[in-house]
Amino acid sequence: MKARDLRRYLRVQRNDFCPGCGCGQVLANFLRAIDERDINPDSLVLVSGIGCSGWIPNPNIMADAIHTPHGRAIAVATGIKLFNPALKVVVFTGDGDLAAIGGNHFIHACRRDLDMTIVCVNNSLFAMTGGQVAPTSKEGLVTPSTPYGNRERPFDLCELAKGAGAGMVARTSTGHPRKMIDFLKNSLMYEGFSFVEVLSQCPTHSKRDPYDELRDLMRVEDFCHSLR
Amino acid sequence: MKLLQGDVACAEGALAAGCNFYAGYPITPATEIMVRIARRMPESGGIFIQMEDEIASIMACIGASWAGAKAMTATSGPGFSLMQEGIGYAVMTETPLVIVDVQRSGPSTGQATMPMQGDVMQAKYGSHGDYSLIALVPSSAQEMYLFTARAFALAERLRTPVILLADEALGHMWETVQLTDVEVEDRKISREVWPSKTFLDENVAPMPIFGNGARALITGSTHDEYGIRKVNDPGHHKKAVSILKEKIERKREEIVTFKEFHTKDADSVVISYGSPFRSALEAVRELRNEGKKIGCIKLETIWPFPFSEIKVNRFSKVWVAEMNTGMVSGMVDGEVIESISEVHSSKLIKEAVNEG
Repeated sequence: MKARDLRRYLRVQRNDFCPGCGCGQVLANFLRAIDERDINPDSLVLVSGIGCSGWIPNPNIMADAIHTPHGRAIAVATGIKLFNPALKVVVFTGDGDLAAIGGNHFIHACRRDLDMTIVCVNNSLFAMTGGQVAPTSKEGLVTPSTPYGNRERPFDLCELAKGAGAGMVARTSTGHPRKMIDFLKNSLMYEGFSFVEVLSQCPTHSKRDPYDELRDLMRVEDFCHSLR
Repeated sequence: MKLLQGDVACAEGALAAGCNFYAGYPITPATEIMVRIARRMPESGGIFIQMEDEIASIMACIGASWAGAKAMTATSGPGFSLMQEGIGYAVMTETPLVIVDVQRSGPSTGQATMPMQGDVMQAKYGSHGDYSLIALVPSSAQEMYLFTARAFALAERLRTPVILLADEALGHMWETVQLTDVEVEDRKISREVWPSKTFLDENVAPMPIFGNGARALITGSTHDEYGIRKVNDPGHHKKAVSILKEKIERKREEIVTFKEFHTKDADSVVISYGSPFRSALEAVRELRNEGKKIGCIKLETIWPFPFSEIKVNRFSKVWVAEMNTGMVSGMVDGEVIESISEVHSSKLIKEAVNEG
């Protein structure tokens, strides 16, 4: 396939992500997905929360974009979609934004099965505040707020979404760019609530060796389940 | 003329003003507003949704407002506390929105079926940061209808959240209401494609609407006129906060209303608002019959507070009859006639005044 210039989808020609951040990969692959699906950016509303993932659409993507308070992106998206169902509403969120502070909105949105897409960049940390433990962190993980190791079990976000009634759930990682594009394309076309989890790296705050982290991401078993 | 409950009159006022989106969560004593809207909204093609909590309710209203809706939510103290996050966001992003707070007693769960006016300060200072907004105070079921409609007009005109600060006594009171025609204000919409100046104008910037091809950019972070985040320049933040405040303050004349009764010859005055005003006026009339030169001022706008407009210095003595331990009385340097959780009786107000 001929490479296409995706810069026409960008509002600004620079971004604030750290070098090596997965958010840049998700941004690029989302643009590829809308380009390959030939989605008119004017039909999109991109909603994001607080955290590094909140900066993926805002201000980068040249479409209606609203950057909302921490955890509330899905609640704001619900109001937008209900009032104008013709809009294609996509939420960009992180694991802290979605599963910690926004957990209640997340499960209820799954239950309601409104036609919207949630893209969760899961780096299993609160990255923007300096790498504290998240509800997705593995047991034993040492972080600034778990100096003696994490004593809690992590959420499996896809199982949580499925259990709460999401129509489509998918998981992939930044180590699987082609799969990520395909899953994003599927979710954008899915009529109902779709949830795409992208396991990601944090080169700035993860204490792990970047090569180990990448190897783990490559090992992620990706899947895409849909009820319809 | 219809016999309506105050909460129901509020719902009818919203619909008359063109409210076409409502998201809420059940809470005593505001639930009746939601129940009325749930049944009535589909008749005019609007959207109603019961959300998972009050935070989600106000956030859904904010989203709908950016999609072009005239949005409202209603709650009481505990829910109003949760909504403060959304109120701050609506101020920062200049989102038109109506929030009804049918005040009940607090702190915390308090007494759910008892009135109080304990949210006067929370209405203005409840969210973090420094900001101005509008809060209207009705005193009858008729005003629940009229002021709710006016809240929509002000919200659209000034691109701001507007709070209707009612209380349990009004919300649950049944009274005759005239469902008159109300002023309907339509939003000034920006149709320009980004980069367009859609924020931070003291004279209210036009607002883009999702789906119009405007490619709107909105953030709760400090931003410039185009919606681009500007988070490292304290000078810019100062400018942004002053513009947001000035946007409201310079329209005081349009916003602030109050009513005076028997003040022409009065050397003292009872200021009151909400349901206690009804007892205050009765007390003042009885006191006048007994020969006392006393007047009554009914506040209708509590934020911006009408310091300069009501000119309390013309009276030698000021009493404030309110259902709290002294929120407005503190602001006007008056003596509080407090009655927590109970509407004042005119007798109590008379006694307080007679004691001097």
